Amino acid sequence: MLTRRSLITAAGALALPARTAAQDQPDLRIGLAFEPSSFDPHFHNTTPNKSLGRSVFEPLLFQDERQAVRPGLATGWRLVDPLTWEFALRPGVRWHDGAAFGADDIVFTFERAPAVPRSPSSFAGFIAGKTVEKIDDLTIRVRTAEPYPQMPIDLSTFGIVPASTRGATSDDYNTGKAAIGTGPFRFGGFVRGDRTLLLRNETYWGGVPPWRRVLMRVLRSDPTRVAALLAGDVDLIETVPTADLARLRGDPRFTVTSIISNRVIYLAMDQFRDESPFIKGPAGEAVRNPLKDARVRRSLSHAINRQALVDRVMEGDARPASQFLDASFFGASRALGVPAYDIGVARSLLADAGFPNGFRLKMHGPQGRYANDTKLIEAIAQMFTRIGIQTEIETLPPAIFFTRGSTGGPGNTPEFSMIMAGWGSAAGEMSDPLRNLAATFDAAAGRGSSNRGRYTNPAVDTAINTALATIDDTARSAALARAMEQVADDMGIIPVLYPLNTWAARRGLGIAARSDEYTLPFHITRPS
Amino acid sequence: MLAFILRRLGQAMLVIGAMVVIVFFGVNVIGDPVYMLISPEMDQNAVEATKVALGLDKPIWEQFIYFVTGAVQGDLGRSFVHGEPAIKLILSRMPATMELALVALLMAVVIGLPLGVYAGLKPESRLAKAIMAISILGFSLPTFWVGLMLIMFFSVMLGWLPATGRGDVVRVLGIETSLLSWQGWTFIALPALNLALLKISLVIRLARAGTREAALMDYVKFARAKGLAQSRIVGVHIMKNIMIPIVTVLGLEFGSLVAFSVVTETIFAWPGMGKLLLEAIQRLDRPVIVAYVMVVVVLFVVINLVVDVLYSILDPRVRLTEAKA
Repeated sequence: MLTRRSLITAAGALALPARTAAQDQPDLRIGLAFEPSSFDPHFHNTTPNKSLGRSVFEPLLFQDERQAVRPGLATGWRLVDPLTWEFALRPGVRWHDGAAFGADDIVFTFERAPAVPRSPSSFAGFIAGKTVEKIDDLTIRVRTAEPYPQMPIDLSTFGIVPASTRGATSDDYNTGKAAIGTGPFRFGGFVRGDRTLLLRNETYWGGVPPWRRVLMRVLRSDPTRVAALLAGDVDLIETVPTADLARLRGDPRFTVTSIISNRVIYLAMDQFRDESPFIKGPAGEAVRNPLKDARVRRSLSHAINRQALVDRVMEGDARPASQFLDASFFGASRALGVPAYDIGVARSLLADAGFPNGFRLKMHGPQGRYANDTKLIEAIAQMFTRIGIQTEIETLPPAIFFTRGSTGGPGNTPEFSMIMAGWGSAAGEMSDPLRNLAATFDAAAGRGSSNRGRYTNPAVDTAINTALATIDDTARSAALARAMEQVADDMGIIPVLYPLNTWAARRGLGIAARSDEYTLPFHITRPS
Repeated sequence: MLAFILRRLGQAMLVIGAMVVIVFFGVNVIGDPVYMLISPEMDQNAVEATKVALGLDKPIWEQFIYFVTGAVQGDLGRSFVHGEPAIKLILSRMPATMELALVALLMAVVIGLPLGVYAGLKPESRLAKAIMAISILGFSLPTFWVGLMLIMFFSVMLGWLPATGRGDVVRVLGIETSLLSWQGWTFIALPALNLALLKISLVIRLARAGTREAALMDYVKFARAKGLAQSRIVGVHIMKNIMIPIVTVLGLEFGSLVAFSVVTETIFAWPGMGKLLLEAIQRLDRPVIVAYVMVVVVLFVVINLVVDVLYSILDPRVRLTEAKA
């Protein structure tokens, strides 16, 4: 039987002998689930772009696989005073073009990153309110107007680019002209929506990476990505569909690696309208909004069999959630346990709240935004129906769901009564979901921007504000945990589960699974 | 002929105008692209900043006037997601799709025509019945399922052909193509077959029906009586007469192959326009969707023109009536 490899080799020998030379072939081929929209590290603040950029353009500080902040291009930092942070830059680092890295490059990056034209999602938010100052070639200071404990996290989110590329456009990055970084790989080619080639940086300050040429291909369709791995088109794929997990785990040719993600799948409930548009009484009559009553919200939480969702719907590729981030993350509460699945408790709470016969509810969710999202919302609706809340569902394409769910109602209010959605904490700590999901909605202050149920509790706001102004990490972590416990006590938002991030590779490759979903080729090890 | 072409172009302009209005406003009704673009942890200020950066803060009619002004000057706007001119994105993906559609069309003719003619000449034979049964499957099986089965069989189980992608391309006259290397053909074989399947079935049916009809015609009987070889009767007399409907249908089908190769391109990760369109729709990338629709309308018009011209070459009767009119 002719194998594909021998066919291709034969073809290469016939047509283009020079091209199939061994050193031109990539030695690591990765199948990506999502498409990076640009090679410019400051163009689009999304996971695929940041994941790709991280191999070439390094941030001042790194995040480890569980998103704890580590030294990067800065070797360390100290607080000069509560408003001034000093960073010592790593000596001896060189750009891909051979020039020396230094403080001027940081100052330049602070100018460029927030000001990229036509950016669909800017990095400006990480830089606003910070002024940077060069002290000497290897020292910078960053000042803020208020104490700002998130400084190290913010500075770990965007890559540094050299001052020598001043004036470069996003296009100059996409063509490789200006794509100069300090990272373990340099630009090798970028074909939008199809492939990216990275070449090894032979003089990388952190040690020479294990791969000479890394080819990253965009394989958006789930079965296609798995088939590409099975057929040997790629060596590794990210975001393994849960339906294929059992098969890949059982196949000795492959290894599967997962880690808890920084994402929570949650239910947000209308708590700002006295009558909610998608809630009716048991006979279809108008009814006061039951979701304003904490007992009803707790009842709903107890009605959800989280372990069954994990085992059946997610095929084991998730963990039951008790809060917005798994307890291993900074600022998560150690005290909170997963709410017990208990239909008796759920029914009696519902009766206590004055709804012994339940009510009718229509729940909304996105279609194809999160792994198994439609199946999850169907299963949850059945669990609610079991305690007497007759639940219908409607799933919508993400573009429609998020628009209507955020501003679809009268006066640009959220339209739906109850939604299922997900939140990934790019910062990898509790302040991120608390500020966006649980803080009282306030557009001007930038709080509660994704609080689509408009949950509000002044005590939670105070706790969040305290935490956000506390520099000391121990005290801040404790304050965040307290705020989270208050939200859980109100059951202001119902945490359902934490999906796992999962990679599959041919056996022998070592994958460093990451909670932020980044696929970083320099952390993938060769078979020993 | 010239008047005919001009009239066609005029109609095309009307269609393009109508499509642009429908799509431009339609996409806006669906949802707000900002929510698909922005990182969710960003606050309201960042949402506003994105709206300003993309021109979405202006009222929709103002955006439309701005778009039309640009379009008249050949600028169809920039992709929200990629920040690049939409038309440039589409044109850069077009060769891959064209190539796929061409190979699929070629397969439809090369495989479908002989099978169909055979089934038409010997309708009662077992082989003919088998061909017709397979053609029914070709019509009724969903493309995405067949695509996955092709991958599972030829790539995963047998390991003969690559499962996904386009392989290395060779640049000829500024156009990238994978048809000039053997490796390129190994990559295009499965997606093209997948895309061609329906068309193969279509050609089989058309060729069979045409052949059965033509075989009974007097000129065929006469040719046979004259003692002409079977190959000449089929190859010249029958073939020429059944080609007219086939060319018409295939011409129109070529347009749909190009415009709607979305499913095949997604399954085989073929970097063509279909994949671009699908992603643009998912992310409400309005400039790309609008530009795509315009390109497709132009394409259909051009193809129809070409079909009309081919038609007159194949069928002298068409030429005569044109001349009279």
